[in-house]
Amino acid sequence: MRYLPLTPDDRQSMLATIGAQSVDDLFVDVPEEARLNGPIEGLPMHAGEMAVEAHMKALARKNHAAGDMPFFLGAGAYRHHVPASVDHIIQRGEFLTAYTPYQPEIAQGTLQTLFEFQTQVARLFGVDVANASMYDGSTACWEAITMARRITKRGKAILSSGLHPHYVSVAKTMARFTKDDLSYQAPSLEAATDGQNILDQIDDETSCVVVQYPDILGRIGDLSAIAEKAHKHKALLIAVVTEPVALGAIKSPGEMDADIVVGEGQSLGVGLQFGGPYVGLFGCKQKYVRQMPGRLCGETVDAEGKRGFVLTLSTREQHIRREKATSNICTNSGLCALAFTAHMTLLGEKGLRELAMLNHKKAVQAADRLSQINGVKLLNDSFFNEFTLVLDTDSRPVVRQLADQRILAGVSLGRLYPEEQPLAHGLLVAVTETSTDGEIEALATALEGALS
Amino acid sequence: MSMLAEGRPTKQETNVTMPDQNAITTHTGNRALMVDEPLIFEIGSPDRSGVDLPEAPQVESRLGGLERKAPIAIPGLSEGETVRHYTRLSRQNYAIDVGLFPLGSCTMKHNPRLNEKIARLKGFADIHPLQPVDSVQGALGVINELAVWLIKLTGMHGVAMTPKAGAHGELCGILCIRAALEARGDAREVILVPESAHGTNPATAAFAGYKVEDIPANAAGRVDLEALKARLGPDVAGVMITNPNTCGLFEPDMKAISDAVHAAGGYVYCDGANFNAIVGKVRPGDLGIDAMHINLHKTFSTPHGGGGPGSGPVVLSEALAPYGPLPFTERHADGHITLVEEETVEDRHPHTFGRMSAFHGQMGMFTRALTYILSHGADGLKQVAEDAVLNANYILRSLEDVLDAPFAHSGPCMHEALFSDKGFTNDLTTLDLAKGMIDEGYHPMTMYFPLVVHGAMLVEPTETESKAAIDQFIGAFRSVAERAKAGDELLKSAPHFAPRRRLDETQAARKPILVWTEPEDFAEAAE
Repeated sequence: MRYLPLTPDDRQSMLATIGAQSVDDLFVDVPEEARLNGPIEGLPMHAGEMAVEAHMKALARKNHAAGDMPFFLGAGAYRHHVPASVDHIIQRGEFLTAYTPYQPEIAQGTLQTLFEFQTQVARLFGVDVANASMYDGSTACWEAITMARRITKRGKAILSSGLHPHYVSVAKTMARFTKDDLSYQAPSLEAATDGQNILDQIDDETSCVVVQYPDILGRIGDLSAIAEKAHKHKALLIAVVTEPVALGAIKSPGEMDADIVVGEGQSLGVGLQFGGPYVGLFGCKQKYVRQMPGRLCGETVDAEGKRGFVLTLSTREQHIRREKATSNICTNSGLCALAFTAHMTLLGEKGLRELAMLNHKKAVQAADRLSQINGVKLLNDSFFNEFTLVLDTDSRPVVRQLADQRILAGVSLGRLYPEEQPLAHGLLVAVTETSTDGEIEALATALEGALS
Repeated sequence: MSMLAEGRPTKQETNVTMPDQNAITTHTGNRALMVDEPLIFEIGSPDRSGVDLPEAPQVESRLGGLERKAPIAIPGLSEGETVRHYTRLSRQNYAIDVGLFPLGSCTMKHNPRLNEKIARLKGFADIHPLQPVDSVQGALGVINELAVWLIKLTGMHGVAMTPKAGAHGELCGILCIRAALEARGDAREVILVPESAHGTNPATAAFAGYKVEDIPANAAGRVDLEALKARLGPDVAGVMITNPNTCGLFEPDMKAISDAVHAAGGYVYCDGANFNAIVGKVRPGDLGIDAMHINLHKTFSTPHGGGGPGSGPVVLSEALAPYGPLPFTERHADGHITLVEEETVEDRHPHTFGRMSAFHGQMGMFTRALTYILSHGADGLKQVAEDAVLNANYILRSLEDVLDAPFAHSGPCMHEALFSDKGFTNDLTTLDLAKGMIDEGYHPMTMYFPLVVHGAMLVEPTETESKAAIDQFIGAFRSVAERAKAGDELLKSAPHFAPRRRLDETQAARKPILVWTEPEDFAEAAE
């Protein structure tokens, strides 16, 4: 077995040192009747690299890879070009095979990158501070709601209808057990966001308002008025960003006075990976930092006065506070955070802004082309790189039909909102720098065919 | 003639007297390969980029009047500078690739590179979670195949694949328990957790809305069965027990504990962080466990990546499986795999407690874990547990004469050996010993955990270390332990040879600096 270095002689000599006759003597605490005598039946035995690789490749070939065909899916996971050097960096064994930096003297590599990551995220979001990452955007969103409850001591959260339905589901799952009161309704197919409806709901019992920006239908709404009204009632505004590249083009939530900003960082550096692992982004105003969940990296000095970095404020965390911790989170998404930060470093502000405008303007071109098709209407007045088309028929069968023609057309709202019949005609289309003019034309042609 | 520590002569001896290294300064402050690296904010600039992009089309933007005008102030670097920045930083990290990493309870085993290669196949890395299911049959196949392995290895009824890490898996299990109790109209409020448990256990129970109470341990480092039985009652929803426990010991009364909890109407959650010790040797399902998470990043070798990502599938008993989260896969007789998610749930899984995260879980970890499992097979996985336990016992028996091993008298340990700081003199502590190990070229063991042992040192070598590597580690550990017992003052200022000396964590927490600020702004803020 290629990963196990002990030889039979090694094992014998080690057993002799221990004073045991056989390795089974070391398992004496396992009750006899529960002990397995041989390998578990019905499972294959060990296999060499070639055989395993062949098996896994056969499974991989059964999937339609996004890069092999016109591809326009988004809805919280976006296909962007990841520079070759990003993958090289995250495969450095010193990053890949390190643990959580609990011994800072020999983990400055991880710690400094986390400090850089926190600073980048805070600047991107326009807030004072950010943590060292969460599991993903959906779990970061729920953590933000619980953080608002701790700060305001209120349990009523208003979720915008434009919040990703999976994020809503996660919050509903948890709220059922924590008894938080969530106000939510599914979106309607209108060009305007639900900002006015949210304003009407905010009152003195509101803990927080959770607004996605741009929202699930791609619409971009100004958050300033919501922030103002929320603050008047001593409630918090939580902004959710599922496409961080957008913030290279549009105002950050922090500039509109959001208190907590969370997001999904997958767009930068991480890749699609069928939904995970991704990287949750979490930032907030300085005054709330001690209520934040998750790991935080801070600057300090060593015994010789040299600058260095450590994990800090751990008295918020489970390994110190146990049942009184701000969250039960332990593992974060360190390696994905490294991919995010390396990609962001390659881009810089200039590259980020260029990437964002390239995404946006390609999306504008695509939206104009697709909305010329008979039976297709563009819902949005405003959008970044994703918009909603309203077809004159259910979009789910259209998406499936186009997939059979090897065109991945987008995400049907019917898949995201199976219980909302009024949304069934909606189709979310995402266009990034990876989409070529030819692919957009191929989508348009196929859509024309499907709707005629 | 000078010699390497072992081996051939390297050069002719001369009459030059070698000066004291500490007395030599360098212009840069660097020392050969030990090179400090500034922050990107100090070396990059917002108008520099390592990415070339085509011109955007000339069309009007439709951003709703919300264009970002103020500077974002994120610096960029060219590609070469970027690679060098992170490469230099990487060299300030200890990692499994660099050496033995005996961090107890964290299972730092070798991460096979085939796993990395497989995870990067475009058919896995470049697929979207919301593609039509017919276009991702292979991905669903990976999830399904891994699920079958996990069920068979644990002897359980079902598995929830979506939890994103161990603590998220704990939450999944506790929510299953809560949903099952609610379904029978039984509003129990208390979860019992041993003092030796990982901090995530009580935090999870509290996060799910439960009150947490301690279960005492007995003198042998196990759950005190009689005390547990005495506490069980109609208010106890369940217990969370780590097995093997955090003292590195198997709980021999596990089945009796499960039976007692079930008889009192509760459920048994098992923290499976230490499954590495028993995989292929005993099935948790045979011990009456209702839910257990498996850290794919521990037992099944997916890389820890400096703190994540993890993956924490939860195996479930027949009683709890109906309440597991969405989504999951179902394989049909014709081999086709469907996804049970929101729209199909009414027919297929009506009692689910709902969704725990967006999409389908940590696919990138599933491909790596399945690759690892297929490489080992049923026979190799059993060998994994045996070698992990053998290595740990070898360390325990090789060091128990020099270090206090509080439970060594009660028999063999499982995959990790536990020592205490008893006998250290001159106010030396476990922390000092740990820092001394850094100078010896090792990452220290887990320290001050579990909480039930004073100055705890938890050593987990894993099965991927050779006897020679372990012998060398034992030699180093023995030497530093002897220094701690002899009161060696130099340990108090260790490490002496790491990229940094001891860092001031108190200052970091008192005035937290969590983001970089321009020096002039920083000076103003400090005034």
